[in-house]
Amino acid sequence: MPITSVTSDPQSLSLIVIGEYPVPVERLWEAYKDPRQLERFWGPEGWPARFTRHDFTVGGQSHYTMTGPDGAQSSGWWRFLAIEPPRLIEIEDGFAAPDGSPNTSMPTMRMTFTFEPVGTGSRFRGVTRFQSLDSMEQLVKMGMVEGLRSAMGQLDAVLADL
Amino acid sequence: MVVSSTATHNELDRLFRALADRTRRDIVARALAGEEVSVSTLAARYRMSFAAVQKHVAVLERAKLVSKFAVGRERIVRGEPERLARARAALVQLEALWLDRFKQLDAVLLTSPTAKGE
Repeated sequence: MPITSVTSDPQSLSLIVIGEYPVPVERLWEAYKDPRQLERFWGPEGWPARFTRHDFTVGGQSHYTMTGPDGAQSSGWWRFLAIEPPRLIEIEDGFAAPDGSPNTSMPTMRMTFTFEPVGTGSRFRGVTRFQSLDSMEQLVKMGMVEGLRSAMGQLDAVLADL
Repeated sequence: MVVSSTATHNELDRLFRALADRTRRDIVARALAGEEVSVSTLAARYRMSFAAVQKHVAVLERAKLVSKFAVGRERIVRGEPERLARARAALVQLEALWLDRFKQLDAVLLTSPTAKGE
């Protein structure tokens, strides 16, 4: 398990994960840049993601769909706010309709990934920031882990209404 | 919105307005850490009038982040940690997702060693 630290701050509504990998920074960068590699780890366990678009350029978008064990699907989008190879990626992440178009009635979150070389390989730092407790709870409930499973019925209803 | 009820939204609005101020965040952080402190002590600490601190504390009370009780003539402020427990619970789920990602990324790095670089 390469995670070396997880810091969550309920007051600033942010989560920082830090991990170290025994590979060069460029290798780690490639895993985020290449959609075929990214989709193998982005979704929660049991919910593999499929990236149908990955414009890895500032202002560019990504579209992805995660599929659960029972066939239920959840789609999301990214917008690249900053890309500084091989050091920093900043994205906005939100919910999408199955065709990839952003669901503007749902909140978004901002993620910053930084990559730095260390003696044994590279260090990854991921910071996730939410706009409010409201948006954090919604995103966590609807997009993630157990919350994703339990909210599936509600999510289906939302997607059906789009 | 889908998940939260309207009542919850009003609660959340109050919560975020309450936390939007630096002095109030400091009061909350200390109160949640277990510090029980009088309004007059807070006024001295932040170099504010008693009335100004009273207002801050009232905003925090409406957001249910703190409560007040009387000891003699003093009004003591105490934290209400249940509110932030909700935020913490959400962060715990997000942490679980990142644990999944890191584990899966391990496998990716092991099986796809061909780095093309940038």
